[in-house]
Amino acid sequence: MKVELRAEQFKEHSLIGGLLRQLHVDIPLLIGLFLLLLMSFMMLYSTGNKETALLIRQAARMGIAGILMIVLAHVNPRQFQRYSIPLYSLGVVLLLAVLLVGDVGKGAQRWLDLGLFRFQPSEMIKITTPMMVAWYLAGHDIPPKWRHIGVATLFILIPTLLIVRQPDLGTSLLVASSGASVLYFAGLSWRFLLVTILGLSALAPLYWQFFMREYQKDRVLTFLNPEADPMGKGYHIIQSKIAIGSGGPYGKGWQGNTQSQLDFLPESSTDFIFAVFAEEFGLVGCLGLLAIYLFIIARGLYIAVQAQDTYSRLLAGSLVCTFFVYVFVNIGMVIGILPVVGVPLPLISYGGTSMVTLLAGFGILMSIHTHKKVLPN
Amino acid sequence: MRRYQVIKDRFLENRIFLSRTVILFAFMLLLVAGLVSRLVYLQVLGHKRYHNMATNNRIKVTSIPPTRGIIYDKHGRILAENLASYSLELIPDQVTDMEETLQRLQLALSIPPEKIAAFNKQRKHYKHFDSIPLLLQLDKTEVAKFAVLRHTFPGVDIHARLLRHYPYAELTAHLVGYVGRINERELKTLPEAEYRAMHTIGKTGIERAYEDVLRGHAGYAELETNAQGKPISELGRIDSIPGADIYLTIDMDLQRTAYDALADYNGAVVALDLDTGGVLVQVSKASFDPNLFVTGISYKDYDRLNNSKNKPLFDRVLRGQYPPGSTLKPFIGLAGLEYGVASMQQTLFCPGYYRLPNKDHKYRDWKKWGHGKVNLDDAITQSCDVYFYDLSLALGIDKISTFLHKFGFGQKTGIDLKGEKSGLLPSREWKRIHREQVWYPGETLITGIGQGFTQVTPLQLARATGTLAKQGNIITPYLAERIIYENRAAEVEHPIQKQIELKFGNVQDIINAMVHVVHSPRGTAKRIAKGIDYQIAGKTGTAQVYTVKQDEEYDEAEIKFNMRDHALFIAFAPADNPKIAVAVIAEHGSHGSSIAAPIAAKVIKEYLGMENKQ
Repeated sequence: MKVELRAEQFKEHSLIGGLLRQLHVDIPLLIGLFLLLLMSFMMLYSTGNKETALLIRQAARMGIAGILMIVLAHVNPRQFQRYSIPLYSLGVVLLLAVLLVGDVGKGAQRWLDLGLFRFQPSEMIKITTPMMVAWYLAGHDIPPKWRHIGVATLFILIPTLLIVRQPDLGTSLLVASSGASVLYFAGLSWRFLLVTILGLSALAPLYWQFFMREYQKDRVLTFLNPEADPMGKGYHIIQSKIAIGSGGPYGKGWQGNTQSQLDFLPESSTDFIFAVFAEEFGLVGCLGLLAIYLFIIARGLYIAVQAQDTYSRLLAGSLVCTFFVYVFVNIGMVIGILPVVGVPLPLISYGGTSMVTLLAGFGILMSIHTHKKVLPN
Repeated sequence: MRRYQVIKDRFLENRIFLSRTVILFAFMLLLVAGLVSRLVYLQVLGHKRYHNMATNNRIKVTSIPPTRGIIYDKHGRILAENLASYSLELIPDQVTDMEETLQRLQLALSIPPEKIAAFNKQRKHYKHFDSIPLLLQLDKTEVAKFAVLRHTFPGVDIHARLLRHYPYAELTAHLVGYVGRINERELKTLPEAEYRAMHTIGKTGIERAYEDVLRGHAGYAELETNAQGKPISELGRIDSIPGADIYLTIDMDLQRTAYDALADYNGAVVALDLDTGGVLVQVSKASFDPNLFVTGISYKDYDRLNNSKNKPLFDRVLRGQYPPGSTLKPFIGLAGLEYGVASMQQTLFCPGYYRLPNKDHKYRDWKKWGHGKVNLDDAITQSCDVYFYDLSLALGIDKISTFLHKFGFGQKTGIDLKGEKSGLLPSREWKRIHREQVWYPGETLITGIGQGFTQVTPLQLARATGTLAKQGNIITPYLAERIIYENRAAEVEHPIQKQIELKFGNVQDIINAMVHVVHSPRGTAKRIAKGIDYQIAGKTGTAQVYTVKQDEEYDEAEIKFNMRDHALFIAFAPADNPKIAVAVIAEHGSHGSSIAAPIAAKVIKEYLGMENKQ
């Protein structure tokens, strides 16, 4: 039955269109992602002193992540639903393992050495947490009842707190928001949302007092007043603002950045790449980039609305929402309206792990969109 | 709650989801609008300001290196200081053609190629617009030569820098140590902020052990620079905090006396102040000029030092491990008394050799015809081996190792320097683990006269001697007495001294015997007793390097110098109120009595002479 349907489509459409349909990919998403990866490559070429080794490594990562995305796009969403619990549990176990035996990189314990390669379990949990929460809520009433909200919150808190312990504020924020967004989409009452937000704000001083490490406190203080220590901790933010501001409306042109090339801007190819982008392409370029991001987000939300079962819908919505949080937190910190937390600019910053998770997320979105039980029309 | 009961239908669920999505997307657009307005503020309204900051005037943060602390001896004589010196430095960003510039500089100033190589290596790790030294310690003619050519070398300039200098050179080389260029491996682990403007780091000795104290803290200057990186104005500044000065317990007069007294022998002299545990003398010979290392030692010089048969780079005081020879006998004797195995009255006939029951092997005494009838006092005074063979056998290896362990043998002394060796105190357990063999009784015998497996460092020997002198009050030797910070002086805290439980009478008997070594007509070190109005307690030792075969004659003249025995001597004085403990090892000095004892005597006499004058 299914095969016949496909064959019919094949006749109706062009050859390539049919092939792509066969491939379970979503063309608009694919175009948006491709544009971002292209941009990433260009930025790396510009900031990495044209080092080919760096470019090859990044290309290899893109390749691997891309293949994973296509593979996941072919998996039926029912499989994701079925494996939600084991994948989530595995993620939590790995997080525990990281705390016990993990490698220490840059002062935080985030990596698990598997012999052949190093693996960051906190990346995996960014997807499996919303899977778990979506699976749980889909099995109960929508909107969720109080006790279901309580259990779901527990599912979110476990990995979040484990990552806070590493310590990695940026990632824990992303995991928490990925889980929380599922609750939001499931119809958490507005009143409850409001109360929670107010409650968390009230708890912030306690968090400051008991959980935050000195360097995290420093970042917040620096954010509030970067001029206080312009040569030390405020250096990053000030140099980043100079880079962005000096780009002006039209930018200095590709590879025309002076701030990052003269080493004024640290971490120019990773977390602070947006500053380089803004310096090279100006306000016009920034608006273009934001437009691409918004296009991908809009397409993702459309896929979520179109999804046919509760689980797929909740998961899709959450993945898109997390993607937005990435974009907003990174750009916000680079332009100095949010404190510095270690969140990369999605799909553009140099580095492998976040790219793999993000593209895996888009793979799931494509799977949700392309595996439909009944075709209307 | 009740109103949700009906919502099991998909329609309502879809409606909720759709409305949530729309609201969320609107909220996202709002946030993005926030980002955009901030971008407009930075890139349109603030463009001019930031543009100026970025292109015309760049802000550069430079690190201001602190001055390194001075090292003094106990009387305030400078052991390590900072001297101004001129260096030729390059700022790579201002040099248009590096290859060509280096070639021309080489022609103009005759720079050795290894300096160029070192410079190129260092260049990789520096920030933009940092000045990197190429040649240090320029002399006046070189400065003048370059001054004339300066305009032809953009980006190259002469700077005044402070260079570490060690006025006593060889005399303090191992003890004070030296600073040297930071290498790539160190660069990875060092706090970047502190070392950004520094080119050297403490490599050995006090310079290494007290690096954190001597270094101080780097300051910063925020400079406005033009596009070429030249500073235009200073915007802000945090001054560096100079490193603290350190006063050592070393007495340079004594140190020189000991160094000179060793004369042509390689070896070590350690003297401890028994009132404090401070190290008065720490000589390791052969030595080297540490100033060679400050600016980066040349391959040729390093090769010469490294391959010399005298091993000048080797710190014998901390890392030299020697058999203690007969200097171990007072400790074995004390063990005998403490365990009740020996008494002062018991005598033994020494025929010049000793045999284990039912064995043929002869354990020889150094005196071929024997010492005749000896008690413990005689045995220490005359260094009778046979007495100690018998005593060790009666004690057994377990008691010997347990007792010697208390005096710090086989353990690091815990002196405030790095790289100390722990020596070796053999035991049944040790042999089983490291040699995978059982312990043989014959090994107990030779352990009892300080031969066999036992190895001690000169520092350990001095410490054990001092501990004996102080009736079992175990000393932790140290070098840093006082640290003078910018605004306060701090006495260095030293570990609490521990007490070994010993019977007073026993220790006194051993000390008396050691006094007899020096002051009795039959004592092995009687020649040093002249001209003093107090008593020295001592013990000679000869550590075998070459093993004499059974019934073979030992003819000193026939044995090559480097096969000769090491000469050892331990001593403290005055015997009734010990102030100083000394350990001397003269490599291949043959006899403790003739070579090592006079060296120790010179140090003691000079120190106690000084003490009396004060």
